[in-house]
Amino acid sequence: MLPEQRDSMTNTFVVTLVLCIACSLLVSTAAVALKDDQVKNKLLDRQRNIVEAAGLGKQSGELNAKEITDMFTDGTIEPKVVDLQTGEYVEDKAIANESFDERKAAKDEEMNATIHPGKFQIGIEKREKYTWVYLVNDKQGTLQQVILPIYGKGLWSTMYGFVALKNDLRTISGLTYYEHGETPGLGGEVDNPKWKKQWQGKQVWKGESTDAMLAVGVAKGSPTPENLPYMVDGLSGATITSRGVDSMIKYWFSSDAFGPYLEKLASQKGATHVSPIP
Amino acid sequence: MLAPSPKKVLLDPVLNNNPITFQVLGICSALAVTTQLSTSLVMCIAVTLVTAFSSATIAALRNYIPSSIRMIVQMVVIASLVILVDQILKAYFFQISKTMSVFVGLIITNCIVMGRAEGFAMKNTVWMSFLDGIGNGLGYSAVLMLVAFFRELFGSGSLFGFPILAKVTDGGWYTPNGLLLLSPSAFFLIGILIWIVRTFKPEQVEEA
Repeated sequence: MLPEQRDSMTNTFVVTLVLCIACSLLVSTAAVALKDDQVKNKLLDRQRNIVEAAGLGKQSGELNAKEITDMFTDGTIEPKVVDLQTGEYVEDKAIANESFDERKAAKDEEMNATIHPGKFQIGIEKREKYTWVYLVNDKQGTLQQVILPIYGKGLWSTMYGFVALKNDLRTISGLTYYEHGETPGLGGEVDNPKWKKQWQGKQVWKGESTDAMLAVGVAKGSPTPENLPYMVDGLSGATITSRGVDSMIKYWFSSDAFGPYLEKLASQKGATHVSPIP
Repeated sequence: MLAPSPKKVLLDPVLNNNPITFQVLGICSALAVTTQLSTSLVMCIAVTLVTAFSSATIAALRNYIPSSIRMIVQMVVIASLVILVDQILKAYFFQISKTMSVFVGLIITNCIVMGRAEGFAMKNTVWMSFLDGIGNGLGYSAVLMLVAFFRELFGSGSLFGFPILAKVTDGGWYTPNGLLLLSPSAFFLIGILIWIVRTFKPEQVEEA
């Protein structure tokens, strides 16, 4: 093509049009064709993390996709949507269906609530009104563990994770982060299996389950002997990440977040939500 | 103008005309993804493929692209390819795409890709441009892998995630150097690398 022809107004429009259509076709075809796989991956990733938080994984190696999905279909893990304010399960199918996404809800004006500027801050102003919780049952259908989604700001990023409680609803049985952007090797050590293991067996409350009695957290350095039943070691070189984890875990167990729900769950079990100080 | 040989087009950017050490392009992603070898490798493959295919596409269209909108045309082609790569990673390599997060999308802004489209593909044949893209991708990859090797080995004591130096936190003897996990360390490493390369190839030294 001659330069004059090439640079003409008509050719400019034709090239623009053809190119835009061709590129948008390419991109949208890819997006549509790969969507199923992507959605599946995302769900599986989330389920894998729930299973890991509950400590249901294998001793060595990873569970395959089928083993994970099976746990969710055979009732071992039962997902429920909870109203954080009242602590009741949401039965309304318009909200509590498979496509409910608590992270989207947190951004939706209709579906979110302001976080009270109280004692515990997670560095975020709004949280969702309703969220998923996962009940882990044994073969007889008795509750073994409750898994709660938690999140909050670290140094660079919002860290998303799950915390699992034993059926006394006071003892942590596992904690895992599935998404964060903290510095690898420093704050990123929230992923470190050794560090995560420390959470197992930690008590959430010192005595009664009130906000004032929330004792679970991350120590600066190592916890003192009297804090040992409640706290884990801080991550060295990651003060702000450690502080983020500390306030996040306190916030989500406080009466502003999962407090009412755990209270309800305990009374349903016929147990008072208090256990002797170990 | 003498037509360059395919071999020269492919191999020149790896050593003599390396996009990072000689042209000092594409530094941003060299900082971001080089804390681990595995993410760097995926980044290298992605950038190489995007550069090769965008250069080939631009070369195929070079006689039709009006000069007034050529930059935008290049950008559209590159952006579409990057989105494609991102979608494929999300569908088939979910774990890796999660650790790479936004950096896949940022390939669009990698100067090497656009630099080759504008600097080479607008004047050369499809095949030559494709080779040039691969060559520059390999040049970029060589530097990225080298930087990632040092950063992962001394920053996390491992290579491709396998522990090599037993870390103190895992009961070993090696205290990882935290600086290597932070972005500035990549600057130091690339600086040292450029210094070494230019010591042996004084013709690359720019006049002050």
